[in-house]
Amino acid sequence: MHEERCNISYDILEISLEKIEALLKGDYGISKRAIGLLLLQGDEKVASLVESREGESYGGIKEVLKEARAHYHEPLSYIIALRRQEEVNRIVGGALVHQPKSDLPFRERISRIMINPITGLPILLLILYYGLYKFVGEFGAGTVVDFIETDIFEKNINPWITRIFSAIVPWELLKGLFVGEYGVITLGIRYAVALILPIVTTFFIAFAIIEDTGYLPRLALLIDRVFKKIGLTGRAVIPMVLGLGCDTMATMVTRTLPTKRERIIATILLALAIPCSAQLGVILSLLEGNFWGLLVWGGAVALVFLLIGFLSSMILPGDAPSFYMEIPPIRMPKLSNVLVKTYTRVQWYFTEVFPMFILASVLIWLGQLSGLFSMMVKLLEHPIRWMGLPNEASVAFLFGFFRRDYGAAGLYDIKKAGLLSGNQLVIACVVLTLFLPCIAQFLMNVKERGWKTGAAISAFILFFSFSVGLVVNLMFNVLGVRL
Amino acid sequence: MELSDMAEEILETMWVHTVEEEKGHMELSVARGEPAIDELLKADYIKLAGEKLAFTEKGRGEGRAIVRRHRLAERLFTDILDIKKNLVHPVSCRFEHLLHEGIEENICILLGHPRTCPHGRAIPEGECCRKSREVIDKIISPLDKLKANQKGRVAYIHTKDPKRLQKLMAMGVLPGMTITLIQRFPSYVFQIGQSQFAVDKDLAEAIFIRLA
Repeated sequence: MHEERCNISYDILEISLEKIEALLKGDYGISKRAIGLLLLQGDEKVASLVESREGESYGGIKEVLKEARAHYHEPLSYIIALRRQEEVNRIVGGALVHQPKSDLPFRERISRIMINPITGLPILLLILYYGLYKFVGEFGAGTVVDFIETDIFEKNINPWITRIFSAIVPWELLKGLFVGEYGVITLGIRYAVALILPIVTTFFIAFAIIEDTGYLPRLALLIDRVFKKIGLTGRAVIPMVLGLGCDTMATMVTRTLPTKRERIIATILLALAIPCSAQLGVILSLLEGNFWGLLVWGGAVALVFLLIGFLSSMILPGDAPSFYMEIPPIRMPKLSNVLVKTYTRVQWYFTEVFPMFILASVLIWLGQLSGLFSMMVKLLEHPIRWMGLPNEASVAFLFGFFRRDYGAAGLYDIKKAGLLSGNQLVIACVVLTLFLPCIAQFLMNVKERGWKTGAAISAFILFFSFSVGLVVNLMFNVLGVRL
Repeated sequence: MELSDMAEEILETMWVHTVEEEKGHMELSVARGEPAIDELLKADYIKLAGEKLAFTEKGRGEGRAIVRRHRLAERLFTDILDIKKNLVHPVSCRFEHLLHEGIEENICILLGHPRTCPHGRAIPEGECCRKSREVIDKIISPLDKLKANQKGRVAYIHTKDPKRLQKLMAMGVLPGMTITLIQRFPSYVFQIGQSQFAVDKDLAEAIFIRLA
């Protein structure tokens, strides 16, 4: 009886298809049967295409579709999928023999260890410690930055460039644009090449290795329950981790999230609470050796991440999303893959970001020239003082408007000069982590989310990050914390 | 205490009126002065609310049981004894009073735990129906109720949300496919064909598995 029913249903699909094929007059570049199948499966784009091309006869086609749908309980797309599966099983069944293995393969055993929460969490911490802290933080932001910054720029390039410009550019003003305190070369290019490039590159190497092993989907399934609480699913872990490299790039990647609600929440969290690798690197080196400071910073940022995520999932309308993800087999990362991925990302980053550094330097130079810069620094000094920070920090915060990491790098200089206490350093790091996204990310927010949402997110973050700074300072004072 | 046939009829009518059709308490009007009303009041099956009849907790249960017996009797007559449809109601009206627990359960099992009477009304579920369902549940179970490493074939997909169906189809979760649950927490991870997928509870409970 089952056989018989199958044959009848098969016929109804086939008959409907034949009818549709006969009614289709236009040329679609693919077979009429394929168009018919897409129509039966309810493809809206194809439906509107056919409607526009067929005109009159579309009514007849719609009639056939309606009849075919009325024959089945389930959606036709499901019926067709079943039919395909039967066909696949028929073909594969005659050609393949499965020999069940008694033992789990080695890679499968590693996978099971990774997805088990008891063993998976320590593995995550190990990856964060070695991949992020040791490799990006200590090696990238420490060793490599020191070498390029001190040995290459400060000892060789800067004096040499300054000499050349002093010789050929007579006007003090114009000289300032290139080799002054905030000069395009001495500041802009130095920051971009000596500070940011090594950090971002090491991060992208680490990310590409992790990505290539197939670890990320496993992390996604581990973290799904937590992310559900903030209106996201485990799927969002990929833009979030990528955001630890570059928030701008990650904001673009939020396109992979299925609903608008998830995309908005992810954009807010990336802009607010996910520090990019450049910030992370500078912050890790700022707080180096200050274990408790690092802990307070991490705790404050994590708390903001969860709190704001939770609140926005409460406020934003829409249904809770559902999570599904393919778990690919664990693989040994391939060197060529890692190199190509790192190269394309660093290249994207540099073409996107490098002009921004130059622009920022020029804007600061212009601002200084016109007095606007010092006015804004003065203006910023008030909230800065309320947070218990020295006036010098306001310069770093103003830089932060242009790029968050630029601001963080500015703090680096202040710390070197010994102007910041432990408490102040932690507050500054927290605020700069939460602070307004860099210009590139602001533009990306606007591009991906539209003017209103993009601008609203930025205004909220500006206000919110300073408020958190005030609260942390207040708590330090009330609790008598000295870090 | 055995109730009179008339009292059982009243309880049955009341149950259909107040519980099944949700029309509220029943008017006393027709049954006024009927000795069976006194009988029911004394036995604490009903109470008077002004001019209306209301169930006590005990009476509501008894009413349900009577309706169940009546409809089972109807099924018995049509399905097994093949009595003409227009005769079913009057005959079973008398028969239902004879059907008491024990026999009722046997008939329910004999009929295969029917869900509806010949007129299409629902037959209230008995203990035996619940037990039989549990046995079926042991054969077919949603994916989220499986233990880790349990294996079976997809029996059907049950979801009202077409998007969910779409997602499951995209993963190749279709009736007949062999599926193994690998892990339950923090997400449901399963193997289907040569692929592994992770889903949340919402999706997992839409997949029904015939256990191997």
